Amino acid sequence: MMFVPGNNPGMMADAHIYGPDSIMLDLEDSVTMAEKDAARLLVYNALKTIDYGSTEMVVRINPLNTPYGKKDVEAVVKAGVDVIRMPKTETADEVRELEAEILKVEEEIGAVGRTQIMAAIESALGIVNAYAIATASKRMMGIALGAEDYSANLKTNRTPGGAELLLAREQIVVAARAAGIACFDTVYSNLDDMETFRKEVELIKTLGFDGKSIINPRQIEVVNSVFVPTEKEINKARAVIAGIKEAKAKGSGVISVNGKMVDRPVVLRAERTIALAVAAGVISEEEAL
Amino acid sequence: MRNTKLVSLEEAIRRSGLKDGQTISFHHHFRGGDKVVNMVVDKLAEMGFRNLHLAASSLSDVHAPLIEHIKNGVITKISTSGLRGTLADAISRGLMEEPVVFRSHGGRGSAIASGELHIDVAFLGASASDELGNACGVPRSENAKSICGSLGYALPDARYAPHVVVLTDDLVPYPNLPSGIRAADVESVVVVDLVGDSSKISAGAIRDSKNPRDILLAKSAAKVVINSGLFQDGFSIQTGTGGASLAVVKYIREEMIARGIKASFALGGITAHMVKLHEEGLIGRLIDVQSFDKVAAESIAKDPSHVEVSAVEYASGQHLGSATHALDIVILSALEVDTDFNVNVLVGSDGIIRGAIGGHQDTAADSALSIIVCPLLRGRIPCVVPHVTTLITPGKSVDVVVTEYGVAVNPGRPEVRERLLAAGVHVVDIHDLAAKATSIIGTPDPLPFGDKVVGVVMNRDGSVLDKIYNIK
Repeated sequence: MMFVPGNNPGMMADAHIYGPDSIMLDLEDSVTMAEKDAARLLVYNALKTIDYGSTEMVVRINPLNTPYGKKDVEAVVKAGVDVIRMPKTETADEVRELEAEILKVEEEIGAVGRTQIMAAIESALGIVNAYAIATASKRMMGIALGAEDYSANLKTNRTPGGAELLLAREQIVVAARAAGIACFDTVYSNLDDMETFRKEVELIKTLGFDGKSIINPRQIEVVNSVFVPTEKEINKARAVIAGIKEAKAKGSGVISVNGKMVDRPVVLRAERTIALAVAAGVISEEEAL
Repeated sequence: MRNTKLVSLEEAIRRSGLKDGQTISFHHHFRGGDKVVNMVVDKLAEMGFRNLHLAASSLSDVHAPLIEHIKNGVITKISTSGLRGTLADAISRGLMEEPVVFRSHGGRGSAIASGELHIDVAFLGASASDELGNACGVPRSENAKSICGSLGYALPDARYAPHVVVLTDDLVPYPNLPSGIRAADVESVVVVDLVGDSSKISAGAIRDSKNPRDILLAKSAAKVVINSGLFQDGFSIQTGTGGASLAVVKYIREEMIARGIKASFALGGITAHMVKLHEEGLIGRLIDVQSFDKVAAESIAKDPSHVEVSAVEYASGQHLGSATHALDIVILSALEVDTDFNVNVLVGSDGIIRGAIGGHQDTAADSALSIIVCPLLRGRIPCVVPHVTTLITPGKSVDVVVTEYGVAVNPGRPEVRERLLAAGVHVVDIHDLAAKATSIIGTPDPLPFGDKVVGVVMNRDGSVLDKIYNIK
């Protein structure tokens, strides 16, 4: 998920050509107070006019308790955004409040249920409430960590190793998995240190995250290279899926691959591997079947 | 023995027999740091010359003082490969009565050799020269001040002009050999304080582009090169100097190492990137008509397999021995490409001259595969358009256009298209690229051109390709 400032038309115009899985146009922290209205108009028009292809479009709105939040919701829902990212989410009530706002606009334009929600968790209270937030709405597609505000809230600083974020990251993954939704890690801002960035991406993949937030197209290659399944992993996953098909054909409840019994988590992981490989363009959709 | 060649600039001019209305020539190896053109034309003006034809291999922003000399009638005609800055701006708006004649580097070399472009007196700056006029662009003493490397564009002038004046800021003892400019061709040697400003002659160390768009374009272009069918042991290549072109070299290098492929030679303007590959053993020889940076200039000074060639040997369409005929792949840039694959590298989308033909026409025509790397959009300016503002390189010599929205292949090269498709390159129709640009930024208003011809674009064979009109 690539962050793009909502007040920069040059960057918004062609952010998709670099191939991020999703683009987050930002109306919140990267836009000054004086430019909030102009940025909202730009983002609205970008969503309406630019052909972003199959890229998932996310907009980070201002909090609903600011003078801009509700106007942001109205504009981006009308523009047909895929996902609204709510910043600084702390409670399930806040999610429900956003859901009501979205519904109001969707009813007005006759598109009920079109808009999904992603909650960014950026405080200790938010981390404590992670599962409640993750399950607060059926529109909730994923939760994400916002590490800058979170570490400030913890009264600590960010470090290259990320020790200060460990609990938050694990809590978010656990909450997302318990709720059956996706989870995304925070941004890494030092563009000149690709090695530390790579280590961080490897860490969060191990922790179980579905993806990483990025601030520059140059980071995409690193994320893809860490997240894209290897040929070995793809072949293993294919064998598992072939085993399922064979078991189904035989009417057998027990799946075995190479003589070993395979249980449900292995199957789910295999399906996820194939989906990732397709998403990364390593194999085509036909090949995945 | 009293040396009769070593004289003052004024004496050299007097001795040359130059008359009003004749043609003087210059090279542009000192690029933005050049001091020779302004110094010589100032002197000619002071001596009362009028109505001269200035034939330079190229002109840039540093030559803005020519505007006054044009207004005063000292210079009434210009031939060049390119124009930039305030001089280009003034000429685009109709400063001169006679149109500027634009030729490619190979086209200029051919025209000088054939006599079509007759030079009466050549004024050639050199980094080092001896008293007899053996002159070069590389340092030959500790006092060397203005180093440019190859003097390729000056060599046709030195050979064919009946009278040659060498200007240098480092007079070294005879024999300054080997040297591209040979004493036998030189009539006078003038020692001056500085022929160039070294800080503006060439860039220093290699800087890889961090611009994500350049990187994306470079990766796509590298993928085209690698899957073109020509990427085999012994291939040859030329690239430009823009951010994307330089980055292409980086990605091609990785693949050369991975596959164990070596190039026989790299041609053209030589950069630090090419020198690096050469020193790593990945490129056999460097054929250098112009050394683009300090590293290239240092390399040509010390490395016998890094060779200086003249513009004629480099890219003449009339001389079959020219290097471009042996070139496999060239990677070029563009200001505009149109749906017939015609390219403009000279006139901006505002109608103002802001570039140079350089070797574009020559290398595109002669190479086995020409690849144009060009963003679809530069800010709000579309670069793939229905019709180029000015025709510089005809579409029949352009094979592939690489943009950030996909790669277009000339319908005349179906085999290249098939190879790229098979390799998974995102191949698109060039009309779709133009339509995409229009869909994003709309159709620009037509440019307010007047009816005065300010420039004539020559094809490398000596025919006229296009005319440039004054912009209002």
